[in-house]
Amino acid sequence: MAIRERLSGNEAVAYAIKQINPDVMPAFPITPSTEIPQYVASYIANGEIDTEFIHVESEHSSMSATIGASAAGARALTATSSCGLALMWEELYVAASNRLPVVLALVNRALSGPININADHSDSMGARDSGWIQIYAESNQEAYDNFVQSFRIAEHKDVKLPVMICQDGFITSHGVENIELVEDDLVKGFVGEYEPEHYLLNANEAMAVGPYAVSNYYMESKRAQTEALHNAKRVILEIAEEYEKISGRKYGFFEEYKLDDADYAIVIIGSAAGTCKAAVDEIREKTGKKVGILKIRVFRPFPEEEIAQALKNVKSVAILDRSEMFAGTGGPLGAEVTAALYRAGMFKEVVNYIYGLGGRDITVSDFEDVYDELARMAQTHEVRDNYKYIGLRE
Amino acid sequence: MISDKINESSPWYELTEGNKIYEAATSRQFKTGEWRTQEPVHDDEKCKECYLCVPVCPDMSILVGEDGKLAFDMEHCKGCGICAKVCPFDAIRMEA
Amino acid sequence: MENNNKPYNFKKEMTTKKDRFVPGHRMCAGCGGAVAVRSVLRSLHEEDKAVIGNATGCLEVSSYMYPYSAYEDSYIHNAFENAGATMSGVETAYNVLKKKGKIDDTYKFITFGGDGGTYDIGFQSLSGAMERGHDFVYVCYDNGAYMNTGTQRSSATPRFADTTTTPAGKVSSGKVQVRKDLAAIMVEHGIPYVGQTTFLGNFKDIYTKSEKAIYTPGAAFLNVLSPCPRGWGYETSDMMEMCRLAVETCYWPLFEVVDGTWTLSYEPKNKLPIEDFLRPQRRFKHLFKPENEYLLNEFQKMVDEQWNNLLVKCNL
Repeated sequence: MAIRERLSGNEAVAYAIKQINPDVMPAFPITPSTEIPQYVASYIANGEIDTEFIHVESEHSSMSATIGASAAGARALTATSSCGLALMWEELYVAASNRLPVVLALVNRALSGPININADHSDSMGARDSGWIQIYAESNQEAYDNFVQSFRIAEHKDVKLPVMICQDGFITSHGVENIELVEDDLVKGFVGEYEPEHYLLNANEAMAVGPYAVSNYYMESKRAQTEALHNAKRVILEIAEEYEKISGRKYGFFEEYKLDDADYAIVIIGSAAGTCKAAVDEIREKTGKKVGILKIRVFRPFPEEEIAQALKNVKSVAILDRSEMFAGTGGPLGAEVTAALYRAGMFKEVVNYIYGLGGRDITVSDFEDVYDELARMAQTHEVRDNYKYIGLRE
Repeated sequence: MISDKINESSPWYELTEGNKIYEAATSRQFKTGEWRTQEPVHDDEKCKECYLCVPVCPDMSILVGEDGKLAFDMEHCKGCGICAKVCPFDAIRMEA
Repeated sequence: MENNNKPYNFKKEMTTKKDRFVPGHRMCAGCGGAVAVRSVLRSLHEEDKAVIGNATGCLEVSSYMYPYSAYEDSYIHNAFENAGATMSGVETAYNVLKKKGKIDDTYKFITFGGDGGTYDIGFQSLSGAMERGHDFVYVCYDNGAYMNTGTQRSSATPRFADTTTTPAGKVSSGKVQVRKDLAAIMVEHGIPYVGQTTFLGNFKDIYTKSEKAIYTPGAAFLNVLSPCPRGWGYETSDMMEMCRLAVETCYWPLFEVVDGTWTLSYEPKNKLPIEDFLRPQRRFKHLFKPENEYLLNEFQKMVDEQWNNLLVKCNL
């Protein structure tokens, strides 16, 4: 029987860590992810798990030690937010290029400056080119489910890439919700023992990690890394299917909410999708207008063709970004979804919105305004400002 | 030879995963002896087998055989001359 | 600690021990760093396995150029500033996997960094690892500048040295600051073993200290003066003479600190003037202009003070 609980997103991820019982967790405190290592430390203190905690002196060191532990042959993970992720930047690339299956529980928070501790996606979006798999959650339930699947994806022989499991700071990480947990033995069986083929502490062979590679090797190395990301698309779906069998919950690259017959679609990532769903229900009920949502779960690898196919029949699309890209052209999701439509030969009215920076609220009525604008755009074929803000004082 | 498996003509799918290698001491196959501009000439008769030259070599190129005699690994010796300088018996001389 | 008082037999050392750092690395001809690595790794007991760590630097780009590793043991390079943290992860993984019964062999952990990667950019990571007390040895092969990038000044560079970022010029006498005393800072971390050494004669000092550092349970730090012919400006053949002069002038004293107790390993019978160490090196050439005699005097005063402080620490 599934376990019914009421947990915050941080507790839910910590609980998943407890069920997985990984080998090594280096971590450094930062709001709002700090609770995750705190919970893990208390599991360790009470003898509930075998994990060794490393009390590193920075996030750069937490990712460095995670890399060392993983290369040595251990199942290793860490957690962080915001500036913590920024301090790890260099190491994110090293983890991915060394093909180490580490997992990072990321609680999304705005990057400095100014300092702000609330939700936005500027941290993980900035790391989008680091070679990590990125999976996002709308709710505590999704954060938990994604985390349970994370090591299976990372450690798959055709993947061997680090995975970032993202949830929104405070909104998800600290908000307590009903949640359904999978039984401990089912999680254990699903995740399985980690048995790496090659590792530093393998008595049968010496392994060397982290070479200097001259130009004659570098480009080929990067191409090989890309192949693992291609493979990850297949593996992510396979693991999701397997997970459905023990959880009853279905996952893919994204969730399509009332998109089947929709004329107007919003593309969004994270917790704000919940509010958007409320707006969709209300609009459909009150006006009969066919509105829908494409909520991205897997942002890396980017499921470009699948996204375009899902949006095939809509007349206009609004892409909502919870981070700036500072190109003067909108946000990263906006750029990539627009490119996906273009490459699929779908030329429709597209608008990109920036919302929710530094924890700024987004409401049902904000989403209603966006759908109104989508209807107007579809009718007039005119896009006013293809890059604008929601909830900005102007 | 590792260079049979991985070399500068290898296509991307033949490189090892994450550029890790699973073999020890593959550098032996890279011959740094070609760098040499002068080389040590060892005089067996003058050599008293004191071995003071053995640990000073940055390239592990002075080997002690089972008979206690010295052998020079000329495939790797870079010709720095540290060994010749430390020899108390002038048993090693550097020649251009 | 094992084998603390076993007599040292040089001939046996040379005839029975195998090198675990192997030829074919691309360090320069005459490189002191290579000798440091070789010497420390020879001190591993043959039956033990090891994982070697490395900060980015000369050693890294020369000893693991894909696909050529110069190590008989497993090796990990991560980045410039995190050799301490990376090895913390490796060592912790070992403890967990050993506890879980997944590993039978005994492994030892040794990580190498140049002075740039150790005194400067990797300082925080090193300090964290030492404070946490991981069971590994951090070895600094100290050549007193960022040699890999072309002899830029580090906090280990001696005062007055002419480097590419502290060039001696019409109004400059080279580096202004005194070098950081890293060994003392490591001692203050309360770790069980700190040693300072270099290459002398029969290598007893470095072999003995390396073995102690490796086989003392807990965190250990070894600082190894490693002459760099290119960065210092001396003939490649003169490495051993450079080391001897560094020690005989008391520029580079040999000592060890076991559980906080300082012991001097060697006291020169006739302390040589610092000029003897400085004169053969191009980086100090400007100090020998007649108008700069006062700088030599200052250098001597600095060395004397440091030496006297060390004697006090060693209760001498």
